[in-house]
Amino acid sequence: MTAVPAGALGARFLAGSSAVHRLPAHVKVVAVLGFALAVVATPVHASWAPAAYAGHLLAVLTAAAVAGVTPGRLARGLVVELPFVGFALLMPFLAAGPRIELLGLSLSRPGLESGGGLLAKATLSVLAATVLAATTEPRELVRGLERLRLPRVMVQILLFMVRYVDVVGGELHRMRVARESRGFRGGRLGALRVLGPAVGSLFVRTYERGERVHLAMLSRGYTGRLPAGPAAPVAPSAWATALALPLAAVAVLATGIVLG
Amino acid sequence: MHVPDGFLDAPTSVATGVLAAGTVALALRRAQDELDERTAPLAGLTAAFVFAAQMINFPVAAGTSGHLIGAVLLAVLVGPWTAVLCMTVVLMVQALLFADGGLLALGTNVTLMAVVAVGLGYGTFRLLRAVLPASRPGVLAATFAGAFLSVPAAALAFVGLFSVGGTDVPLGPVFAAMGGVHLLIGLGEAAITVVVVGSVLAVRPDLVHGGQHLRTATSLQDRRVEPSAVTR
Repeated sequence: MTAVPAGALGARFLAGSSAVHRLPAHVKVVAVLGFALAVVATPVHASWAPAAYAGHLLAVLTAAAVAGVTPGRLARGLVVELPFVGFALLMPFLAAGPRIELLGLSLSRPGLESGGGLLAKATLSVLAATVLAATTEPRELVRGLERLRLPRVMVQILLFMVRYVDVVGGELHRMRVARESRGFRGGRLGALRVLGPAVGSLFVRTYERGERVHLAMLSRGYTGRLPAGPAAPVAPSAWATALALPLAAVAVLATGIVLG
Repeated sequence: MHVPDGFLDAPTSVATGVLAAGTVALALRRAQDELDERTAPLAGLTAAFVFAAQMINFPVAAGTSGHLIGAVLLAVLVGPWTAVLCMTVVLMVQALLFADGGLLALGTNVTLMAVVAVGLGYGTFRLLRAVLPASRPGVLAATFAGAFLSVPAAALAFVGLFSVGGTDVPLGPVFAAMGGVHLLIGLGEAAITVVVVGSVLAVRPDLVHGGQHLRTATSLQDRRVEPSAVTR
């Protein structure tokens, strides 16, 4: 678990030995799913919703702090939701319903609540997923999915993808170096006539590599199943640690419902 | 850009999740017909390919750039069922390792990009391929139409899901704009897909699943060699 995976898929992984790093991957996946469920179940239009979202935020930030995931790393994880931020920002302007004046702008109250709710829910679950990605190696994650009973063929496909994505990415990179050292400049529509065939030959090379990999594995006795050691039993304390996050979120939700 | 958690309500998310799981289960069985026992290595490598290809930014228009989605590209190259599996795997990796697209919304994202984009795009391709002459331009024209339609189709499917299971906010103008933008993105996707499929058809036509009918068996032939043609 301490080896740093290089390349595209391991980009979000942060080597470490925190309590979160040491949890088995499938336990973490269950915890993140549970947290996301609790967040999504928080009603947007309730008067106590902002307080509940703040409670969820506190829970996930605590998990990030325990895992040693820095705020900068979390912020970089949030970049993926930028298109939806724009979408959520538009909602107060477009929605119908009673309008309120805010900083000289006439905004729809339901739109403001819906947009804010969408943004809060998306942000919270992206934060939780970022902690998961930062503390779990890609390979471990696939093993975790296997323990969560993902169909065997799917697990195999995922494993092959995780193993070879950097090989394929490296191929693509070498093609780019070769292209650019011959004076290629991208950014024009005409570049398509060069990039298209490059992607085409990347496909041919990848497919042929797949065939070679398969033959090589057959000759080593591959039967459609990758050997793995027996799965270590999970200590109850590991479940307790991992489920602290979703349970905290459920507690926040329950408090809101009871007191709200 | 994938749907995050909390964007659609629970019934819509569950319904798309069931649809996605059913399609993937069917694809797991049908892909074995396309690839037999090589399914796992070849689908895995193909998923790695599309993941890498999505990282290339292509110029679209007026200085903006977009990246390939690849649903129809994969369907034409390796067959629709394998394409569903590869797109699903890529979406899983993006949700789990990059927090791109919610984990609870995985079913929605698979429905949009694997079921709708592959299904409608490849359906269009097959329909046109049956009508158009069985030639290289015919295959490429069908590919263009399929790839072009797959993008606005996925966008429209999202709009439909949002109107059923989104918030109670009418967003007509936003969606009109979204449709227009996705028509442009679809043109880019189609142009790239055609060039890529065309280049694979040129070098390894046997690897283009959607061009199988173009293959002609070349048998061994006896040919007389003119004495003048023999180099001394």
